[in-house]
Amino acid sequence: MSETTEDQNVRVEAICDQMITMEGPLLPILHEVQEEFGHIPEGALQTIAKKLNLSRAEVHGVASFYHDFREEKAGKHIIKICRAEACQAMGADALADQVRRHLRVDWSQTTADRKITLEPVFCLGLCACAPAAMVDGKVVGRVTSDRMNRILDEVGA
Amino acid sequence: MTIKVYVPLDSGAVALGADDVATAIAAKAAKSGADIKIVRNGSFGMYWLEPMVEVETPRGRVAYGPVSTDDIDTLFDADFLTGGDHKLYLGRTSDIPFLKSQSRLTFQRCGIIDPLSLDDYRAHDGLSGLENALKMSAADIVKAVTDSGLRGRGGAGFPTGIKWNTVREAEGDQKYIVCNADEGDSGTFADRMIMEGEPFVLIEGMIIAGLATGATKGYVYTRSEYPDAIRIMTEAIKVARSAGVLGTNILGSGKTFDMEVRMGAGAYVCGEETSLLNSMEGKRGVVRAKPPLPALKGFLGRPTVVNNVISLCSVPVILEKGPEYYRDFGMGRSRGTIPIQIAGNVKHGGLYEIGFGMTLGEIVEQIGGGTASGRPIKAVQVGGPLGAYFPRELFDTPFDYEEFAKRDGLIGHAGVVVFDDTVDMMKQARFAMEFCAIESCGKCTPCRIGSIRGTEVVDKLERGEDPELQIDLLRDLCETMKFGSLCALGGFTPYPVMSAITHFPDDFKPRALDIAAE
Repeated sequence: MSETTEDQNVRVEAICDQMITMEGPLLPILHEVQEEFGHIPEGALQTIAKKLNLSRAEVHGVASFYHDFREEKAGKHIIKICRAEACQAMGADALADQVRRHLRVDWSQTTADRKITLEPVFCLGLCACAPAAMVDGKVVGRVTSDRMNRILDEVGA
Repeated sequence: MTIKVYVPLDSGAVALGADDVATAIAAKAAKSGADIKIVRNGSFGMYWLEPMVEVETPRGRVAYGPVSTDDIDTLFDADFLTGGDHKLYLGRTSDIPFLKSQSRLTFQRCGIIDPLSLDDYRAHDGLSGLENALKMSAADIVKAVTDSGLRGRGGAGFPTGIKWNTVREAEGDQKYIVCNADEGDSGTFADRMIMEGEPFVLIEGMIIAGLATGATKGYVYTRSEYPDAIRIMTEAIKVARSAGVLGTNILGSGKTFDMEVRMGAGAYVCGEETSLLNSMEGKRGVVRAKPPLPALKGFLGRPTVVNNVISLCSVPVILEKGPEYYRDFGMGRSRGTIPIQIAGNVKHGGLYEIGFGMTLGEIVEQIGGGTASGRPIKAVQVGGPLGAYFPRELFDTPFDYEEFAKRDGLIGHAGVVVFDDTVDMMKQARFAMEFCAIESCGKCTPCRIGSIRGTEVVDKLERGEDPELQIDLLRDLCETMKFGSLCALGGFTPYPVMSAITHFPDDFKPRALDIAAE
């Protein structure tokens, strides 16, 4: 399923047109582009820059500043594990080690079969039900080792 | 008669299975022919009891928890729809000691009402603060907030009324109210809880801030890590707009205020107000030098109030019941109530709103019930990743801005994270530096480079290379970061590091190099 650069441009332009009247439209545009394509395609930077009367470097500077925006597509499933202190106090480090070993990836990497991307997250606001994780946008609390194994089974790891 | 059953939609409850519990209750009720209505309420903040299911009975709302899908059959067998006894039965919700002993002003309706029902909000005295404010002059609203003693709940503790007055007096065709909902501190979830459980109180607080300062446009800048809060907040704004609470004719007064939600993109530093403003403008979330103050040159260079969620949510009750009512809670210069978030390795984790002044020991041992693991408490980090670690010896510190500062700590956004005696404080000190390195915006050198050097120094210390020299270096580095950084990220990272060294020196003695098993 490849698409031409032209198709991509049309879709990015449509997103820009829809949001350009907002005060400070760049972040909402980047979020929407990522929602549409699963990442920020390199070609999109130029298109957005032109629409917003910015340089491509400025748009790249913004996209690369924020942890959320990806240059590459993620795996089919995204597992985020909280690494912050409240979760550390409840064994998040051991949980993360377990997952990294199981998936044979480090933080911010995708498994060889492109199925799962493992990402760190610093706080999901679930600090009173630690350790916490987010699996494909769904929050999970009090994640025991067994619970994590079931999650990994469910996503086919 | 239809029986109301409450199952929280709060993401903490959902993370523990509340959605599945709600589905299972609905299915079982349909099968057994019970006439029920499931209300998805906010959470009361007693997370060790979540998912906590409540049933409305003639003797009031009674609670069961923590409920899992495996309990549904036995709950129906025990006739829980009429408040029947069950092993998970907790009695009347309002009698649960953790809840009963609080002074809930800001969170007074959170958990009680349906978060998206404006009627429900009104039935519980919602919008009375706004109605009063609409009859007052801008200067009088500011005066009420100033007199209440309310200080910024984001952590800096700056008097809210003074900030508002600066914006009120500033010249500008367009002014803004920006709500800082970029709650990135570990151990804090008050903003998330209130946005999910009582979004109208934030809307009401922002409208009042607009009336007080002449701002007609508001933004809630929140985190992409909070998808549920974003969804509920966005929906609540739509409800408020269609009911005429927001828009060009607020409650028929002819006054204007409207607002929208903006989503961050995973940058901790954007909780700092100037980098938040840059981020909203579509720039890199880099810190701005002050002055100019955001109150004078904020969003798009215009006068802007930047307030934390909890500061804004505390405003309606001040306008409803008067500044004295609010001011009478608290101690010293810390007036009113503070929603303390008790988290980490703790038995009774949750949100506890109370007047300032309770000691740290009371909070973690009596209210929190000690550790979840049952082991002794070794350290408590207060105020997020930039807050100090407190040892047991300092458990007599009262929860108060000044008292914490006196002990080289800070209350920050009032997150309290408990660690048992298995915690390695050298590792925590290294993490503080590592976190700063990951999240530094890069603008100033002490933060950008200092944090990297900090992790390296701790690594050397761990390997036993000139330990005394490394401790000296670390102290020196912390001094430089504290005084040379542009914002609190680099400036406060020394708090966790230095408090760990000072209070837990044994953990910083050289140790044999652990060879990882893998």
